[in-house]
Parts: sequence; structure tokens; C-alpha cells
Amino acid sequence: MAKDAHNPSGIDPSRRRFLTGTLRTAVGVGLVALTLGVYQRQARALPATAIRPPGVGDEKEFQAACIRCGLCVRDCPYDTLRLAQLGDAVALGTPYFEARDVPCEMCDHIPCVKACPTGALDPALADINKARMGLAVVVDQEACIAFQGLRCEVCFNVCPVRGSAITLAYQHNDRSGKHALFIPVVHSKDCTGCGKCEKACILEEAAIKVFPIALAKGMLGRHYRLGWEQKAEAGKALVTPDLPHEYNLPEGVRYEHAGKGLIMGDGRPVRPRPSAPEPPLPPFSSNPLDTLNRKGGL
Amino acid sequence: MEPGGRPGAEVIKLKGWFAAHRYLILRRISQLAILGLFLAGPLLGVWIVKGNIASSLTLGVLPLTDPLVLLQVFASGHVPEQAALIGAAIVLVFYLLVGGRVYCSWVCPVNIVTDAAEWLRRRLGIKGGANFSSKTRYWLLGAILIVSAVAGSIAWELVNPVSMVYRGLVFGMGLAWGIVAAVFLLDLFVGRRAWCGHLCPVGAFYGLLGEGAVLRVAAVKREQCDDCMDCFAICPEHQVIKPALKGADKGIGTVITSGHCTNCGRCIDVCARDVFAFTTRFSNKSSQVVSGINQKSEVSS
Repeated sequence: MAKDAHNPSGIDPSRRRFLTGTLRTAVGVGLVALTLGVYQRQARALPATAIRPPGVGDEKEFQAACIRCGLCVRDCPYDTLRLAQLGDAVALGTPYFEARDVPCEMCDHIPCVKACPTGALDPALADINKARMGLAVVVDQEACIAFQGLRCEVCFNVCPVRGSAITLAYQHNDRSGKHALFIPVVHSKDCTGCGKCEKACILEEAAIKVFPIALAKGMLGRHYRLGWEQKAEAGKALVTPDLPHEYNLPEGVRYEHAGKGLIMGDGRPVRPRPSAPEPPLPPFSSNPLDTLNRKGGL
Repeated sequence: MEPGGRPGAEVIKLKGWFAAHRYLILRRISQLAILGLFLAGPLLGVWIVKGNIASSLTLGVLPLTDPLVLLQVFASGHVPEQAALIGAAIVLVFYLLVGGRVYCSWVCPVNIVTDAAEWLRRRLGIKGGANFSSKTRYWLLGAILIVSAVAGSIAWELVNPVSMVYRGLVFGMGLAWGIVAAVFLLDLFVGRRAWCGHLCPVGAFYGLLGEGAVLRVAAVKREQCDDCMDCFAICPEHQVIKPALKGADKGIGTVITSGHCTNCGRCIDVCARDVFAFTTRFSNKSSQVVSGINQKSEVSS
């Protein structure tokens, strides 16, 4: 390439035009690509109320596989699913539902999963009870009327996995002093995240809500081991031999954990039954336990 | 074309309006009929086709999947199920037969929007605009696949106006009308055929498919051309016409071989000399090259 006065760089003008033109296009497209990449990252943040259909695991993988065709939406017999529209907080065109609007009815044959042409809804999911669309959480114990001692149990009763995904824990009602609280407790082992509990919650705003599992679940430190589970698995203590706790008790006396407490050698509980009137004790008995067990202290 | 005249004015006088818009009308019927098939389910309860343009199921048996969307799935690192693969294969074979960008001119609903913008641009006499390369679409096509691969999730379908509009019409638009307006205004003010002819990576993909397609437009009677320029004025990818129409001297065949030709048939519509006709790529054999050389010798003699 010959240098001349008008072209000091010596680059052929048409070559120069080609290079600058290419560079301009590359930079422009690069900026678009960067923006698109950032937008894609943000689009993975699923709002807490948006629940994916059955057979979805990781949100990133789902957004790699879902082609936004809506065939799952079409085959949903209850019109539960919908495709995210431009302006929704869910990634554009992807299927989701909001439990408080229309929960998943958990069809036995899972038509939405069967309709999916790409496997974005995992075709390996054959039992709808194994679906993990989300996890129900009793988010507001102050609003839930069960915690006020009122009988409700609607979430417990509508649950399609009744009796195992949600159970009732009986607790003492401190307010009345004589009643029980029937507390709904969700178990992630069985909850499919169908959202029927959220839909059925009788409150103005549901006290039990289904969240995406990533939001709803805590996790034990990976290195944590629960001693009793490890012990049950191994069938014996794992670290040191499991010695029975030794009480420093007088001879002929033992301790019963099931509630009887101290037991004399003859099997008679040391603490007399409340029904039996307590015989008056001499101030100083020959048995030191009599002194210990005496009402009103020493 | 007379200065300031409308392309096709002569043929309208000659053959009437309908004959001068034959392929335009057929294309609009095609575009609306396909859309109608998708809408018949949700609107009328007649479920012939389910899904949308990304993937569909016809009469419960025929799967059809957009191969570009599936390519994005692969790029994102997911291996799709059989239904999508079969569907994409059918679509691929179809467009390899009829021309890749037949998708653009006979199926895509955005085409109606950009054609309208181009019509208005012509009527209002808007000229010039941003000067970006028509190769930008290939860069974008590469970029959307790279972004999907790097992100590990599909990225382009978050913003793709083509699938957005189709999905919107069938499943609910949301704010997608804004995107339609944006594409319209882009083509009207920013640059002629800016979207379909320069930027759209979907069109770029189908253009690549079209490179090997069978069905073609050819300037079969190019010797009758009177240089009125109507075909250039109406053609959405007018660079594709010249080699076939004016290549006789260089021994180039009459068939338009560029993958960018959308087989829209508008050149056939607007030509008062009946230069253009649909044909196949196989009719571009050397015999016509020879005839081209003969013509040259006739001209020179």
C-alpha cells in the first residue's frame, strides 16, 4: 500500500471504510448484547407470588429450555397457567400461576408436563405428588386465626396431600388457659406447592402463602449432622459409648425418665400420689429423701 | 416509474388494482389465515392449532417448532425433547423448499407493520435516515446465541418483537403494542426497512436457510425490462434483484439466488413488462447463462 499525502496512514480507503464500518457494527451489536445479557440475568428473579408449573426445578435451567409456546397453558384444564406478558415481573412469555388467583389442581395425568415440547417441564415427573412447584409457608402468625385460638383448619382441610403436607400441632392456649391452639404446620417433604391452601385461606390477605422453594426453604449448614439421626442410622453411638446417665442416688433408689421420677427399690414412687393424703412427717426422718421431698421446702 | 410516482402505477393502469396486488393480497391472506388458525382456539373454541409461532401442535398430531428458538435452547445448554426436534425438522425442510424468508413475507405478523411503515414512508416522501449495515442482523444473530450460551438461559426471546407480537395476539399483549409501535416508527423514521432488512436476527436466520432454498423468483424475461425501477422501489431487499435482472452481460443467470429474497412476489406484481416469475433454483442452469451471453452478442452486434 503506497503512502500518499491524502492518506498518511497508508491504509487503502476502501479497506479503511470496511474496517471502521465493521467496527461500528460490532461495537453497536456488542452494546446490545451486553444489555440483553444484563436483562436476562434480572429476568431470572422470580417474584415471590409467581409459581412455576409442575416439573420446573432451577429457574435458570427452566429459562434455557422454555420456548414460551404456551402449549402447557393450553392443556391446563383449569386455566391456572398463563404466559407472562410484557410488563409482568416474570420472564417474558414463560408460564406461571399465582396461587391466590387460581391454584394448581394437581391433575393425576399432569397434562401441562405432557404438552411441553422441549422438556422445560421435566417429563420424568410422573407422580403429581412429587411435584415441587413451591412451598407453602404460614407467613403471618399474627393474622392466622388458628394462632388466636380460633378453630379454622381450612388450609389443613383443602390440602390435596391432606394430613401430611399440612398437619395440625396442638398447643396450649395461654390466653384462655384451658383451650388448645390448632396450629397448621407445613412439611416440605410432602408439600407440592399447589397453592390450594393460599387460595382457600379465609383472611382478607392469606396468612399461608406459597413461595418459590428457593425463597421458602432454609438449609442446615452442609457440615451439620443431627446426632440422633446419625445414631439411629448407625444403630449405636458414633463417638463415645453411650453410657447411661448416672445419678448419684442413694442405694436402692433409681430414676425413671417416663415421668415417675425417683423410685424406691420396692417400686414405690417416692413422690406420693396427690390423691393419697400425705402422712405427717417427723422433723427428721431416717430417710434423707423424705426431707428432700417434703412440701414447702426445707 | 415516473418521478415521484408510485411503484406499480403503470401496471395498475394496465391490469387493474387487483392484478397489481395479487401477491400482496395472497400474502396478507396467508399471514392472517395462519394467525386465524392460532386465534380460532382461544376466540372461537375451535382447536385446530395450539400454541404459538415458537412451537405449536396442529390437530393434536403435527408438531411445529421454530428452529431459531430451538437453536437458542441448544445454545443455552438444554437438550430439547423429541417433539420439539421433530417440529423443528419439519419447519426446516419446509423453508428449505419454499425459501427461508418466506417466513418473513408470508407468515410473520411484523411484516404487516413494517410494510405499512414503508408504504407511509413512501407516501410521505421520507428519505434517508440512520445508515447501518444490512449485515448487522448477522452480528445480532451471532450475539443472541452467544448471550444465551454465556447466560445459560434464552435471552433473545425476552425482547424478540416477532415472537412477542405473535404470542401477544394469541395469549395477551400486555405492553407489547409498544414494541409494535417502536418497530413501526423505526422503519418509518430511522431508516428504510430498518427492522426487517437490517436488524432482525430472525430474518437473518431464515435468510441463511433461504440460501439453499428451491422456490425462487427469477427475472425470466429480463430482456423486456424497460428500467422503470418499480421492482427496486417496491422490493424490501432490493440489492437481490440487480444480479439477476442486469447480470446478462456478466453471464449471471436469471434466478434471484440471494437468501435475502423473501419470495414476497411484489416485483412480479409491480412489473408492467412481466419480467419476473416464480421458478425453482434448478432453472438457473448454464443454458440461461449461455442465452445471456447470446443476448450480449445480440446487443453488441
